[in-house]
Amino acid sequence: MLSLKKINKYYNPGTVNEMCLFEDYDLEIEEGEFVSIVGSNGSGKTSMLNIICGSIGVDSGSISIDGRDITHMPEYKRADFIGRVYQNPALGTCPDMTILENMSLADTKGKPFDLRRGTDRSRKDYYRELLSGLGLGLENKLEVKVGALSGGQRQAMALLMSTMTDIDFLILDEHTAALDPKTADLIMELTDRLVREKHLTTLMVTHNLRYAAEYGSRLIMMHEGKNVLDLRGDEKLSTGVEDLLSKFNAISIECGN
Amino acid sequence: MGSIITGIIEEGLVYAILSFGIYITYSILDFPDLSVDGTYPLGAAVTAAMIAAGADPLLTLPVAFLAGALAGVLTGTIHVKLGVRDLLSGIIVSTGLYSINLRIAGKSNLPIFSKDSIFSNGLVDSIFAGGLAAFSNAIILFVIVLVLKLLLDAYLNTRSGYLLRAAGSNQKLVISLAKNDGTVKIIGLALANGFAAFAGCIMAQKQGFFELSMGTGMMVIGLANVIIGTQLFTRRGRLRATTAVALGAIIYRACVALAINAGMQPGDMKLITAVLFLIIIALGNLRKDRIRKMSHEGAHDSSRGTASAGEG
Repeated sequence: MLSLKKINKYYNPGTVNEMCLFEDYDLEIEEGEFVSIVGSNGSGKTSMLNIICGSIGVDSGSISIDGRDITHMPEYKRADFIGRVYQNPALGTCPDMTILENMSLADTKGKPFDLRRGTDRSRKDYYRELLSGLGLGLENKLEVKVGALSGGQRQAMALLMSTMTDIDFLILDEHTAALDPKTADLIMELTDRLVREKHLTTLMVTHNLRYAAEYGSRLIMMHEGKNVLDLRGDEKLSTGVEDLLSKFNAISIECGN
Repeated sequence: MGSIITGIIEEGLVYAILSFGIYITYSILDFPDLSVDGTYPLGAAVTAAMIAAGADPLLTLPVAFLAGALAGVLTGTIHVKLGVRDLLSGIIVSTGLYSINLRIAGKSNLPIFSKDSIFSNGLVDSIFAGGLAAFSNAIILFVIVLVLKLLLDAYLNTRSGYLLRAAGSNQKLVISLAKNDGTVKIIGLALANGFAAFAGCIMAQKQGFFELSMGTGMMVIGLANVIIGTQLFTRRGRLRATTAVALGAIIYRACVALAINAGMQPGDMKLITAVLFLIIIALGNLRKDRIRKMSHEGAHDSSRGTASAGEG
């Protein structure tokens, strides 16, 4: 479904700080897969997400979805079929607008942002129903500004908003990293439920090895711009946190960390 | 005394229109737009030239708005497409407009006293006869500002308005909604400068002339109005921001009138503007510090709130 072919990406090309991040990097993701990606800082996880979403360009190589080349498509156009949740809960919602207005914004995605009423009142019950599914009581706070919510509540809304319209692809960029452990667990369960309900092809970058082992159908460990581990099916199921941790440590020792 | 108060209200109402524009760029889009220093006199130049040529004064209103909007599109395009910083884009456009305004008006001072305007024509004179005549300007201005305020409120509640509001506080969200955030910025700048030029159009008709340097310091004045209005009226009360901004413009005019009454010269206006502006900003920052301190003391409560939200 998604394929990255021979991706080359250098940072600071032509300077003394030139650094090669990806060299002929390939990745194929099948429809319906839920891929967890782990790896140390600087291994290229987030850069890969940015390349897929179009936040950063590539020096060479191609990106395609369902055979359609999107290598040169601007980021906002890719958002038509890619939903993304960021590490920072503030990035997925608009803090100055109410919960109702935020839900309306997300609901209008894919339709023209014209001079019709911003909030379609007849959709209110539908928004309430979606919000009550989060189990956070947000359905009773429709007129509250999102800026007044906690990080966990905002992230739950961000997740809901990014999956509200039809998307082919969900990108989760360390989306539980800024939350306390309990809230993170809650958001992770919610993620899993949404992905299953909507049959979303999902890429999740995480630093939490437990989430990587427990959730998803495929697991990739990245190191210095390469996949050092790529497990699916039974292989993935039989891999626990301890296995991941020992592999992780082995790599770190090689690097002298 | 009475005439001073009507004077304050009249001028305040004209500047309220300008402030609607600054509210869009500064408060909603978070874009410090200096092009208004050029688009405000642009509206006045277009208006004076049209009226001097015998055009219907009512026709100057949409034309001035469009002229300003066009200049706003230019500022936005320079910023978004050419990657020029926000402040610089505005300076480039307002500098260029100085010459363009001179071309449009033909000379640096174009009087239109003797011509009909929206404030003085056969219809207005027949409606406001007798005792009301002294207040005709204020009443006409009030109606114009009210209509513009309602239109702006209505716009901010459309889908397009929602996107504009989102663009100011979270660019990433606009991109997530599959919309080009640059285009949204350009639309906002077009609207804002449309308002600025509209204010210039009204001012030219009220004072009866176009003057080339009338735009100097307009951005600062508009900003002062917005900050006074939003600081005073939107925090505690439940006033809409647009109403607050219009009231801010009148209060600001009153402060300037007080300073002049206290013996300052009309030539000191810009100095008064600058000092008032400094005081407003400094007071605003002190307030923010106080709020920050208060919220630090309450930080423990809020973290507890997060945990309980997680359980819920």
